[in-house]
Amino acid sequence: MKKFKINKSLKDNLLTYGMVILAYLIMQILIGTGNVSSLMQGLLVPLCVYVILAVSLNLTVGILGELSLGHAGFMCVGAFTGAFFSKCMQDVITFSLLRFILAIVIGAVAAGIIGFLIGMPVLRLRGDYLAIVTLAFGEIIKNIINVLYIGKDSKGFHFSLKDSLSLGLEEGGTVIINGAQGITGTPKDATFTMGIILIILTLIIVLNLIHSRDGRAIMSIRDNLIASESVGINITKYKLMAFSISAALAGVAGVLYAHNLSSLMATPKNFGYNMSIMILVFVVLGGIGNIRGSIISAVILTLLPELLRGLSNYRMLIYSIILIAMMLFNWSPKFIHLREKYSLKRLIRKNKEVQ
Amino acid sequence: MSFISYLINGISLGSVYAIIALGYTMVYGIAKMLNFAHGDVIMVGSFTVFFAVSMQGLPTAAGIILSVVLCTLLGITIEYIAYRPLRGAASSLAVLITAIGVSYFLQNVALLIFGANTKAFTSVVTIPAIKLAEGQIIISGETIVTIISCIVIMIGLTLFINKTKAGQAMLAVSEDKGAAQLMGINVNATISLTFAIGSALAAIAGMLLCSAYPSLTPYTGSMPGIKAFVAAVFGGIGSIPGALIGGIVLGIIEILSKAYISSQMADAIVFMVLIIVLLVKPTGILGKKIQEKV
Repeated sequence: MKKFKINKSLKDNLLTYGMVILAYLIMQILIGTGNVSSLMQGLLVPLCVYVILAVSLNLTVGILGELSLGHAGFMCVGAFTGAFFSKCMQDVITFSLLRFILAIVIGAVAAGIIGFLIGMPVLRLRGDYLAIVTLAFGEIIKNIINVLYIGKDSKGFHFSLKDSLSLGLEEGGTVIINGAQGITGTPKDATFTMGIILIILTLIIVLNLIHSRDGRAIMSIRDNLIASESVGINITKYKLMAFSISAALAGVAGVLYAHNLSSLMATPKNFGYNMSIMILVFVVLGGIGNIRGSIISAVILTLLPELLRGLSNYRMLIYSIILIAMMLFNWSPKFIHLREKYSLKRLIRKNKEVQ
Repeated sequence: MSFISYLINGISLGSVYAIIALGYTMVYGIAKMLNFAHGDVIMVGSFTVFFAVSMQGLPTAAGIILSVVLCTLLGITIEYIAYRPLRGAASSLAVLITAIGVSYFLQNVALLIFGANTKAFTSVVTIPAIKLAEGQIIISGETIVTIISCIVIMIGLTLFINKTKAGQAMLAVSEDKGAAQLMGINVNATISLTFAIGSALAAIAGMLLCSAYPSLTPYTGSMPGIKAFVAAVFGGIGSIPGALIGGIVLGIIEILSKAYISSQMADAIVFMVLIIVLLVKPTGILGKKIQEKV
């Protein structure tokens, strides 16, 4: 009989999946025994949204090595297309699970296509430029959604960029996307269980990508673009692949987010620059390129401010200090030198040498 | 007639962008980093004037001087604490994320001190408006002061860089840090000086911006900051005349699209300009093309 061998990366992945499932089981037991306040229960779905966002952004920042500040923009695309679909199909498909799954597929595809279209020209740029263009793109998406009006009547769909009156709807027609007021009355299909299933799906996609041939090609681009180009790796293809998958997963998070709210609006608070930065903080604190770290930091940074209510004013301030401190500690040549000098491993080795 | 007054407003807003863009372009040229916190230095400058003049009742001139001095010190401090330790770091992502962190930090400190409510900024300009063409075109005092200060700053800065030793040192450092150091130039001091000048200009830009658009929140600086970066990229990053051209073109585009297309879409149009410029000519109008070496 051949012995089944568990290699390091498989062990690592199993640990990540196990952690999510364990957290889910513990939470379910706590809810079952009535130990979770309604406030905490309300936080569970947003928590899943943040975890998916953090994992998907880590694919761009950690694995591809490009800074994207427009992640909230992709989430916005997913949220609005998903909610739009659910709203239209509310009476046609009454089975809510099927409708929700279809909404997720549609949201993911829409965000993925937008990611592909944005990525094609933008990924030719490097570093700082890419960051500022993705930031600009996020703002453009938000602005467009805020002036977009779509209505439906017996003749079909009507579009307008001015106001709901210029749609020219017949009597009995409904306005689905109402400009700055967004979409109201989205069916509340998102559940904690669904969120966890989506997290696990995201993890399967991202972890399998990282440990595949394609994933190694993407990481080689991050580590040395010129060297990987010279061994025949198609830079554009792999960059686009990572960027579009990351965008599509952000779209999934957006659909989940939209189906947890009764009214969906594109405000600076939920889909603006601040949201993108918050996701970036999750990724940076969890460790750039470390998927499990992203999950843990997203959970801790979402729950901590809720548990410490008194600190809520200082939440963003603490986030910014975390960003600066983590970067200085991890990347400053002086700190790296200090860490090597006083690291535990080295001290132990020294002691052994003395003996 | 209304077209001409829009045009003048556009040039005025563009002058503010140009002054802010100078800060970006100088820092980018010399330290090769995008100083995301630059926009928030603008906000700090405006809040200082607001605090000194409107809340403490100091004379306007004292408020202006205080604001410029404080922003200069702030720029030097930010560079010393956050950016200098990362010089020579392996990842350029690290500097960028730190800069975002600093920007966020400044916004939230202002939010804690002054609150999120919009403050009404009292204009620092006391010159009366000029009426042209029998009152059909009105040029406000703020517009005149903004355009004049932009021209003065541009001429002053060009003279400073080309005629003084410190300015020549800045050029040398932006060209090649290692070689500049060998020639006896203090690289760290030169970079600090660049940050100081950029931040002082940001303070002036903040006052001009808030005099023309008198609402002040902790987020006031971030949008003009990003747009000014667009202007700097548009004109060619690292180039001072480029910042002027980019700023003014962008200001005119913004005001005209607000007037004729849609006020909500104006920001989106400005950002579209950035994307198009980066795709067609990534080095900008006056930028130099740098060949990457292996």
